[in-house]
Amino acid sequence: MTIPLQTRRARCLHDIAHARAGDKGNRLNLAVFVYDPHDFPLLMEVVTEERVLALFAHRGASEVKRYSMPGLHGMNLVIDDVLQGGVNGALNLDGHGKTLSFLLLSMPLSAE
Amino acid sequence: MSFLLGSGAGFSGDRTDAAIAVVDELIRRGEPCALIFETLGERTLAAAHRRMREDPQGGYEPLIDELIEPILEKCLSRGIRILGNFGAADPDGACRRIEALAKRLGLPDVALVEVYGDDIRQRLSHLDLVPWEAEVGDLPDETALVSANVYLGAQPLVEALQLGAEVVVAGRVADPALFLAPLIDHFGWARDDWDRLAAGMMAGHLGECGAQVSGGYFADPGFKDVPGMAHLGYPIIDVEADGVLVVTKPAGTGGLVTERTVKEQLLYEVHDPANYLTPDVIVDLTEVEVRQLATDRVEVRGIRGKPAPERLKTTICYDAGWQGEAEISYAGPNALARARLAADVLRERLGFRTPVDLRARFDIIGHLSVFNDDDGGMANQGDEQPDGDYRLRLAVEHSERRWVERATQELMALYCAGPAGGGGVRRHFQRRLLSASWLVRREDIVAGARWYRGDTDAPESLGEKRAAS
Repeated sequence: MTIPLQTRRARCLHDIAHARAGDKGNRLNLAVFVYDPHDFPLLMEVVTEERVLALFAHRGASEVKRYSMPGLHGMNLVIDDVLQGGVNGALNLDGHGKTLSFLLLSMPLSAE
Repeated sequence: MSFLLGSGAGFSGDRTDAAIAVVDELIRRGEPCALIFETLGERTLAAAHRRMREDPQGGYEPLIDELIEPILEKCLSRGIRILGNFGAADPDGACRRIEALAKRLGLPDVALVEVYGDDIRQRLSHLDLVPWEAEVGDLPDETALVSANVYLGAQPLVEALQLGAEVVVAGRVADPALFLAPLIDHFGWARDDWDRLAAGMMAGHLGECGAQVSGGYFADPGFKDVPGMAHLGYPIIDVEADGVLVVTKPAGTGGLVTERTVKEQLLYEVHDPANYLTPDVIVDLTEVEVRQLATDRVEVRGIRGKPAPERLKTTICYDAGWQGEAEISYAGPNALARARLAADVLRERLGFRTPVDLRARFDIIGHLSVFNDDDGGMANQGDEQPDGDYRLRLAVEHSERRWVERATQELMALYCAGPAGGGGVRRHFQRRLLSASWLVRREDIVAGARWYRGDTDAPESLGEKRAAS
């Protein structure tokens, strides 16, 4: 999986949505909300369980569960086994996975 | 009349001057209220247990004086009760510290009540344990065990308030229970009034991370701008008897409370929004509504509750060898190639200078680090900048200290034996603690509140602690 980290040419999720990451053990949750309620269907179309699993596959993600929250114009994503040990065990600088909200936001808007 | 819940800190290491503006606002508003300090993360408690092994004073929140000193006199004189989990591994020690602080400030005796019953390390092998749903490992070997603490609910905190505490000192409790307890005490909510208990828990959930609901951990310049971040106002949650919440912050402070800041915190660390498990109630957020009432006033309603879970979560921490980190910088022309060469050389050196079971990770900070996996499986498809300011980082772990020392020393040796122009080596290593989450039966846990009795009869209170658990 390669991710266009630094490119700002293609439109990405960051253009329409904001997100926050939270961790419990080796499980990560990413809450993501669109700025404009009109973009909620686009969010649902682009951010599928399959695409999120692919985005985090390199880190050993085993399962993604998506909970839609239409009343909040957002969704909650729960990703298992993605923290490579969690806050106490990871060798990653960011053992919490707090920065991963912005990995999600780097997802391209074109749903290929 | 509503009840106000002020947040004075959201984690161990948070701003220690945040509570001042919160307390001033609570006094200005003059309504019934409490001030809460949440300073205990999954990791912080393990760290406290580790510190206490070497330093008997090291078991409670190290910043406790700095957090409380600026507001203690005001809170005591105005009847604002303080609740905190700053007791960490040693609530009794924290009480002793607060008592000494009050004496130093010339304040009268503080009514200190401590919560007991979360520490189940001594009894762990006798309890009926099942793994938490996302837990994969086995229970650690007893000799490696450092700590085992149950997430207690609001009940022992309510007991503490009903004893007449001015300051409630807890160790491990569910963070939002610190906020729920004064609501139960004030409004007299029943223990099976699930919707109200759920609303109170969510008041706590929104407030427990301090500024994370009022403009902290939110700013993204040009997308989500936050004014006055150097003076963020920590939240005050306004709770009505029927369980409707309004999130606010002190007047004249920085930050902001908007639907966006509230929504981000609402789902923070939540898994299934229909079943957010807490010790006192299962919260259902599927019908929740978030609405801006006015500037820095956001209403949250529609929170539903279901009967409390039968089991309580326990965090178990155990020794698991050593970990170390070392870094070196390369900057200017061709810096990326020099950093990569340094990584290659170091990897080859570790191959014959350390055992094969040394776990190692290499990052090039400035190029690709935190998003990557341990094996560097992610390719950076962005524009590679050969010139720049890059930092090679090595992270290692092993059961034996000497190999962690050796590996990090090998990075240091790049000073003279690595590529040109490396500098700024930093290196450290420490014991590694791992944690696991298991569930215990609620009826097996004996928890409650008791007066802090002071130094004179400390042995007696220790005896009581043992008897209670």
